[in-house]
Amino acid sequence: MSNESQQPIKGKAFVLGKNIDTDQIIPAAHLVYSLDDPEERKLYGKYALSGVPLEESGLPEGNIPLTKGEETESEFKIIVASDNFGCGSSREHAPASLEIAGIEAIISPSFARIFYRNSVDGGFLIPFESLKDLSKEVHTGDELEIDQENHELINHTQNKTYKIKPLGSVADIVHAGGIFEYARQNGMIEKA
Amino acid sequence: MTLTEKIIANHSGRDHVSPGESVWVDVDVLMTHDVCGPPAIGIFNKEFGENARVWDKEKLVILPDHYIFTSDKYANRNVDILRAFAADQDLPYFYDVGSERYKGVCHVALPEEGFTRPGEVLFGTDSHTCTAGAFGQFATGIGNTDAAFIMGTGKLWVKVPETMRFVFEGTSLPPYLMAKDVILKIIGDIGTDGATYRAMEFAGPGIKALTMEDRMTLTNMAIEAGGKNGVVEPDEITEEYVKSRTDQPYECVYSDPDAEYFSEHFYNLEEIVPMVAKPHSPDNKATAEEVEGTPLDRAYIGSCTGGKLSDFKAAAEIIRGNELKIDTYIVPATTEIAKGLETETLFGTPLIEIFKEAGCKIGNASCAACLGGPSDTFGRLQDTEVCISSTNRNYPGRMGSKQSSVYLASPYTVAASAVTGVITDPRVFIQETVI
Repeated sequence: MSNESQQPIKGKAFVLGKNIDTDQIIPAAHLVYSLDDPEERKLYGKYALSGVPLEESGLPEGNIPLTKGEETESEFKIIVASDNFGCGSSREHAPASLEIAGIEAIISPSFARIFYRNSVDGGFLIPFESLKDLSKEVHTGDELEIDQENHELINHTQNKTYKIKPLGSVADIVHAGGIFEYARQNGMIEKA
Repeated sequence: MTLTEKIIANHSGRDHVSPGESVWVDVDVLMTHDVCGPPAIGIFNKEFGENARVWDKEKLVILPDHYIFTSDKYANRNVDILRAFAADQDLPYFYDVGSERYKGVCHVALPEEGFTRPGEVLFGTDSHTCTAGAFGQFATGIGNTDAAFIMGTGKLWVKVPETMRFVFEGTSLPPYLMAKDVILKIIGDIGTDGATYRAMEFAGPGIKALTMEDRMTLTNMAIEAGGKNGVVEPDEITEEYVKSRTDQPYECVYSDPDAEYFSEHFYNLEEIVPMVAKPHSPDNKATAEEVEGTPLDRAYIGSCTGGKLSDFKAAAEIIRGNELKIDTYIVPATTEIAKGLETETLFGTPLIEIFKEAGCKIGNASCAACLGGPSDTFGRLQDTEVCISSTNRNYPGRMGSKQSSVYLASPYTVAASAVTGVITDPRVFIQETVI
């Protein structure tokens, strides 16, 4: 995704619970496809979040897959989750698969360190930390808007607004679009 | 400064660093494997050019281990990509599948081959890279993009973590207890996000009583509490191990007596009892006694945390001379450990014979079913099977089936449960067979 601007991120919410680990985000059996091959790459979108037990997928009702059937892109754009999103393995395929499925941002009270870092350094999606657990308030399908300038999440469906934390020390890497662009802008490596 | 802060300072050209600061560090060793190596290589070539050379071929270690013994064409292609890259870059430390050099699970092979040295910085494209902290090293897991960046530059940015200190009182592990019980107790106490963004330093008189393999079990599971790294100060046990494996120079680093910690936690090793992590999270703790009698379909002993030679010695103590009630899978972490199963004996019988006589299924050195893998992976769980395992993670679907349930426990507890077919506190067997 392009993180060059700080435009609002708008789209439908997909809600998950706590401790969504990387095996649930992209099960290990699927880590074999090439991310460079355009057709194989789509399979990561197809299987994104396929390891989440169905009753926990798309809360509060559940039984909603991120991508349906043979689709490789989701109608949802923003994940709202409870604590410790992305715990487990260091596989960068996890944020990559969510990006391939069309996810642009995740809002959670806390992220596992490696997942957070991979999301930012690879420029896949933006991990926003919420001040409280919003997974019980936001419903899957709600129309959301993330106002990056004012650090707010607006739920247009429920007409509510929540504060989210500023990105802090990783903001420069997020806005550069990943660690390589950031390093080029700062003269650490040569321009491509 | 703490041990972790000192190593980061030493590698960033600074006299002092404080938690929360972001600094660029020089990398001593980068490790990758067959799952994350190919995409990291793809990013390296895209960002630095098709003809780019790695920053230092002596510092890049590639250990295929995850999806090795499978007919999955995509998994095999991944190893082909590593093979071509190692040949093109003329890498001296590529441990190819099918060759005599093949090792098995990276986190156990790294120490065996002398790549885990006190005071150094090691990054790896696997979350359990934190295992190497047992050797007084700063070691942590990273993603493909960060690995590609290191391949080209030899550097990476690090946010200096706060340190949580875990002090072990007591001078030995009780005969029925293993390091796995200790770390399951700690993770159960602080939760799977209890150490997020922080270092976990294991210290105190009790740590001196632990072997290198015990210490590796502790640091291996730092990531299961969200920790950035786990670390143990080097001592004579560390140095004896490292010097037996490498001639490379290194410099031991220790925490200052006045170092500031985020928190301190005290545990008496002699008071901890055999522990279990119930489905579906490593922090879902119970004592083995509390869940005793839970019916099981399968037992599994293997992985970077539970497939070391000492783990199999422990299991053999209990399995020896017993018939098993459930399918029991034995997967040595490395080829060196597989050889050890043939040479190590218990009352004159090689460990491998003890396992074979009891009817265990014995796999090749690799990660195998610890993380599911392709459908033909050895020991992969099917349907609603319930497994007790010496591995390190039991989130839904981890070992292959979303409907299955995994209990984590020490090799003693797994072996005792394999003999009875239900979760069993190993103390009964230890008292019968060992004491």
